[in-house]
Amino acid sequence: MRYTFAAMGASAIRAVRFQVASDQALIVYFDPPAKNTGAKTPHPQNQITIEGHERVRKLLRLLELEPITGVRNLHPAYCSLLIKFDPLQLLHSELEEILQGYIARMEKVALQEPRLVEIPVFYGGEYGPDLKDVAELHGITAAHAIELHSSTDYIVYFLGFAPGFAYLGELPKALVTPRLAAPRRSVPAGSVGIAGGQTGVYPIVTPGGWRLLGRTPLKMFQPDRAEMSLLTIGDRVRFLPISPEQFAKLELENA
Amino acid sequence: MSLIEVRAPGLLTTVQDLGREGFGPMGVSPSGAADPLALRIGNRLVGNAERTAALEMTLLGGTFAFPERAEIALTGADFSATLDDHSVEMWNSVEVRPGQTLRMGPTRAGARCYLCVRGGIDVKLFLGSASTHLLSGLGGFEGRALRKGDVLRIGTAAGSFRTFRKRKLAAKVVGQLQPRKVLRVTAGPQSEWFSEEARKTFYIGTYRVAEESNRMGLRLEGAAITSAAGGEMLSEGVCLGAVQITASGLPIILFVEQQTTGGYPKIANVISADLSSLGQLRPRDEIRFELVEMETARALLAEQEKLLASKELILE
Repeated sequence: MRYTFAAMGASAIRAVRFQVASDQALIVYFDPPAKNTGAKTPHPQNQITIEGHERVRKLLRLLELEPITGVRNLHPAYCSLLIKFDPLQLLHSELEEILQGYIARMEKVALQEPRLVEIPVFYGGEYGPDLKDVAELHGITAAHAIELHSSTDYIVYFLGFAPGFAYLGELPKALVTPRLAAPRRSVPAGSVGIAGGQTGVYPIVTPGGWRLLGRTPLKMFQPDRAEMSLLTIGDRVRFLPISPEQFAKLELENA
Repeated sequence: MSLIEVRAPGLLTTVQDLGREGFGPMGVSPSGAADPLALRIGNRLVGNAERTAALEMTLLGGTFAFPERAEIALTGADFSATLDDHSVEMWNSVEVRPGQTLRMGPTRAGARCYLCVRGGIDVKLFLGSASTHLLSGLGGFEGRALRKGDVLRIGTAAGSFRTFRKRKLAAKVVGQLQPRKVLRVTAGPQSEWFSEEARKTFYIGTYRVAEESNRMGLRLEGAAITSAAGGEMLSEGVCLGAVQITASGLPIILFVEQQTTGGYPKIANVISADLSSLGQLRPRDEIRFELVEMETARALLAEQEKLLASKELILE
């Protein structure tokens, strides 16, 4: 593991760490500045920071604007970016050197003003089978849990797991709940769930261990739509409680 | 337009090409053939570009009727194929006459057999690829495995099929491409999270491929690995062939329909040159892992690509 000081901030030195992931992949970690005191922390990537997230977006944006020959795929996450490449075209060390150059000038990359996407949700009932339990676990009413979940603007940290699945954070502290002990074999598409400090919407029917609070009639991923994925990295999301009637109406419109 | 009629689909038959790279930011995994070497060679045998879409069959093959003339090749695992009751040689181009039926049986060794057709399987592309991604129901033929009664269109990309050309894979290459049971790996991004003892357990142990393995991942049974010092970790990008250690201590090898991100620590990663071998592993197969240096991994891949590019690969 090596530490590089690619950019000097006014108040903090922001560390960039490169890690070989496979013979065709390299991960770039943007560690939180607080941890960068010279002492080698065992797992510095264990913390989500807005700053780390924005640096991921900037590097991602720059790599999309100026693609590197030999790079095949990019997998952004909370504070890291996995870069998959053709090992017969690039060595890890060569890629790292090119990336150093990108990182040195990425602070100048202008990120688009985040979009605010409203996602209508019918909470509880058969669409949100875990709402009652979650409320009980925290000693609050279901209505309060809904209010908490729908009164926060969430950041789309990244998309992963499945096409169009956005990792949203952070959940109000009073709602932070561990995953289900036993994942469901099948979670319906549109289900809105929470896990730890995260929340998200299942775009497709899949097994899943997040606790389900409700469901949206919107299609999170649609291959024949111009913007296939409803959400993109960096977006802001707000959940909007709706009635069953509104759900039915929107479901028809989105069919 | 030439067609293929699916009389019996087999256990799990999907349309696959070399997958769709570049859509990680949308959470879309590359998918593609589980044994890309077999697909590439099969396409070469019938005069197609290497990445042309073909049928990937799993463990038990299907029955396919050809109303028109066609040129096909079967590669990968031997599924005891017959064409109107005459056995079909693997790794060869074969002429199919109008009205003939290709019948595949169960595998003799290995997990996947590819049916490549001159012109390819013509399906609507999703993000530039014909590959089926089963979990999300995207790509391929209606986003799903083939069913009885499906009718597939044969493409015309390779030009119209006039004169049949006999092509076969050089015998010595078949031997060189034998799927491996000792998988070579490089150290994973969290390998240092595991104690020396845990790593030793992993590299000494023999693991068995579990029944519930699929194109998303190969679940392994065997000696559990003591969990990493840090326990759970923040989700990060993951790549094909990553060997992640789950909470139970058992490894899962991420495969072609992998998630794009994951939160389990990864002890190792299967080298690129051995990824095709993963596609030929069957449930209950026993495997081991062998740690190699990065330079070795790269050299093995270069060697494999050199073999595929060599003039002696395919005999006419």
